[in-house]
Amino acid sequence: MDLAELLEISEKERRKKKPLEIHCCVAASCVSSNSQSIKDKLTEILRNQNLADKVDVIGVGCLGLCSKGPLLRNSQSGEFYCNVSLDNVEEILKDLKGEKCRIEKISPDDPFYKKQMHIVLENSGKIDPESIESYIANGGYITLYQVLHEMTPQEVIEEITKSGLRGRGGAGYPTGLKWSLVAKSVAEKKFVVCNADEGDPGAFMDRSVLESDPHKIIEGMTIAAYAVGAQQGYIYIRGEYPLAISRLQTAIRQAKKYGLLGSQIFEANFDFKIDLRIGAGAFVCGEETALMQSIEGKRGTPYPRPPYPAEYGLWGYPTLINNVETFANVVPIIRNGSEWFSKIGTENSKGTKVFALAGKIARTGLIEVPMGTTLREIVEEIGGGVPNKGKIKAIQTGGPSGGCIPASKLDTPVDYESLIELGSMMGSGGMIVMDENTNMVEVAKFFMEFSKDESCGKCIPCRAGTYEIHNILSKILNGEATQYDFEKLKLLCKMVKETSLCGLGQSAPNPVLSTIMNFEDEYLSLLKEDI
Amino acid sequence: MEPAVKNKTKSTEQTDNRLKFLNAALKKNLYQPDALIEILHTAQELFGYLSRETLEYITRELKLPPSKVYGVATFYNFFSLKPKGEHTCIVCMGTACYVKGAAELLSEMEKFLNIKAGETTPDGKVSIATARCIGTCGSAPAIIYDNQVAAYQTKETVIKKLKEWL
Amino acid sequence: MSVKTFSIDGKVISAKEGQTILEAARDAGIFIPTLCHFPGLTNVGACRLCLVEVSNSSKLQPACTTKVSEGMEVRSNSEKLKEYRKLIIELLLSERNHQCSVCVANGNCELQNLAMTLGVDHVRFDFRFPNLPVDISHELFGIDHNRCILCTRCVRVCDEIEGAHTWDVANRGANAIVITDMNQPWGESESCTSCGKCVLVCPTGALFKRGVSVAELQKDKSHLEFIIQARVKKQWIR
Repeated sequence: MDLAELLEISEKERRKKKPLEIHCCVAASCVSSNSQSIKDKLTEILRNQNLADKVDVIGVGCLGLCSKGPLLRNSQSGEFYCNVSLDNVEEILKDLKGEKCRIEKISPDDPFYKKQMHIVLENSGKIDPESIESYIANGGYITLYQVLHEMTPQEVIEEITKSGLRGRGGAGYPTGLKWSLVAKSVAEKKFVVCNADEGDPGAFMDRSVLESDPHKIIEGMTIAAYAVGAQQGYIYIRGEYPLAISRLQTAIRQAKKYGLLGSQIFEANFDFKIDLRIGAGAFVCGEETALMQSIEGKRGTPYPRPPYPAEYGLWGYPTLINNVETFANVVPIIRNGSEWFSKIGTENSKGTKVFALAGKIARTGLIEVPMGTTLREIVEEIGGGVPNKGKIKAIQTGGPSGGCIPASKLDTPVDYESLIELGSMMGSGGMIVMDENTNMVEVAKFFMEFSKDESCGKCIPCRAGTYEIHNILSKILNGEATQYDFEKLKLLCKMVKETSLCGLGQSAPNPVLSTIMNFEDEYLSLLKEDI
Repeated sequence: MEPAVKNKTKSTEQTDNRLKFLNAALKKNLYQPDALIEILHTAQELFGYLSRETLEYITRELKLPPSKVYGVATFYNFFSLKPKGEHTCIVCMGTACYVKGAAELLSEMEKFLNIKAGETTPDGKVSIATARCIGTCGSAPAIIYDNQVAAYQTKETVIKKLKEWL
Repeated sequence: MSVKTFSIDGKVISAKEGQTILEAARDAGIFIPTLCHFPGLTNVGACRLCLVEVSNSSKLQPACTTKVSEGMEVRSNSEKLKEYRKLIIELLLSERNHQCSVCVANGNCELQNLAMTLGVDHVRFDFRFPNLPVDISHELFGIDHNRCILCTRCVRVCDEIEGAHTWDVANRGANAIVITDMNQPWGESESCTSCGKCVLVCPTGALFKRGVSVAELQKDKSHLEFIIQARVKKQWIR
């Protein structure tokens, strides 16, 4: 493959385009509501009406507003057709003919879409995730060509560093710094790993990106491999995501066929190969040392750092581990320049963040907003607030490692530091809205049950500590706990947080600590008198 | 890939065929010990569960200590050392589904079948299990019936589905 | 080999480059509690008893895996650490059945000794009383899972020193348990060489010699340490 060939594929694909396209969401949420058959039926209707040469029906990745799925979009007007079913799909045809259509339509100017900014999701809902040509026609792989022919590895790392990008997996470690550490390590082999073991309950950003735009991750990883000097990559993906797995397999196969993975990519002296590793149901494998153990075919138990993976990772070789969303930012940053990226967001948190909005909220779905957007804008304007005029009580971010932010703090701008100040964390981007009827102690118990079940059992504070915390929470909820138990709970949380071996244990008490911090009254009201 | 064989009385021919697939997976992974998890995935898909014989076979082919293979097979939720039911039903217990009442759906199901999550009905018809978020939070509460995700489940839809199976 | 100078609890110590805080502390006669560490075996940092405060880190660091560095200031006995260590021992004691009065290792048990040294005079958690099996199918040895603290010393000594890899850990979290071969009775294990290293290395009465009664189990760890020294450091004469 050379540049001319790439441009030819792009040109050919663009010529094939029909004046009007109906984009039909074929990401997991809409697929679970039958979008695949809707797509087939619409295609058939158009063919029967002899419209097939004017209108094309294309399966695309996530269109965002999952709660109104199955979603379809008209490429000319940009309007979205909501809650489409096999029974009302003919209505879309009426709309195309300018007749009155009885399907709910949402305009792209709706606050749900208007307030967003798409960098990670730039191709989501626009391209066919199962076609590499579709990705190339949208400017795909050009950035990789430029990197390989016009930039040195050092320059790539400098661009990423200057952009201010921080890891989107949760901790927010500066990406450029991580890359330069791996680049500096001297070894005969190096690895690049994409952490797609998105395990937080209520989070589906990475799944959506992989289902909607798999080539962007492959291109981002390949650029990273060039920058740090790696020859082999792994994508470690949750086994719970069969659709994302099959799309990635397709994407890797297509990239290999075009010579965009393999040896001498774009005729440069650079080889890179990507293999998939499928998780088998263990939350702790999202922790990087456990993830590496799992890639090596072992029990996914974490081990102490240092040494960090950048020095001593997979099979003892330097390894770069970034999460899906981090890799998805690489291509746009290199293409548009670090200066462009660093202008978006806040002083210490650059760019955008993808959130999965779920829970008691009118519009659930996938959104991407610039860092610094306030929680209020996200849940009230984009999410439409609690349905039936209910009131928001708290927002849970960061999954079982995060915490609950009370409604009084809704005007906080979203960035890494401000969420930590509120006792929560950015996490990978799950955002669950809870209304007034939610019992916060029960929420804390729900997360503790999760952490307890997912503890690997290696270190005692996590193995037995989460069990005891869960026990005390049950006692409190049953009205059997006293002030003494409550004090014990607080001490135990502090101890588990400070002494556990890995991130899972260290952050497991956060849901309890943050609910104590913000909703202590609820705990106190459940305690019984000391005898 | 062949689905799990449902009836217990299987002909030797079928067994051989599945072993052929397992061998192909072993070969594809060059019999590398670090491919253990991939091989366990394949075996679980082929046989529906990991029997002692299957584990011993993998142990021998990958040249690994048996305790290590057993340790890995029991660490991950996906692998089952016991046979599963003819139909499986996985209730998502992720936060979004939980907030929307997944726990009630599960207890309804448990009551109806008179088994607990993680168990199989005595007649081997239905297994129920829970998952820690299947990532379709937009359509919560969601349940996976035999690998098909179903959105917006209610007590009625759940019981209807179970009745279809029984 | 260069020498690093650092301090533990204000006492200035010199250590060889590459030594861990724990090794340097032991050389200098400073006590840091451990349960999963055993000299000569890989360190796993699992028991968290050896956590110390280190000047260049905001997090507590395990002394068994943290290497010394020049000028590092280590605190090994702050009030916070003492409290956390007590809690860890209490969690261990409540997790399974540790009734010393009926245990073969009574008086010769590292968990019991540490509990006494660290001042654990009561347990703040409800005892769980799990009903775990006792396996005495092996002709020489037995294992009582009720007394196992999952330190994995047996797993490591069997793999790293004996080379048999009979032991490993199965399941996870609170259900974790050590197993032999395909989770079969120890006596049926084909890989076990009956060398007894796992018994010697076990800090509690979980692994024991058959035929001993309450408080009769003597574990001569120095003999095992000699074997490990010989294998690892090629030092055959004591």
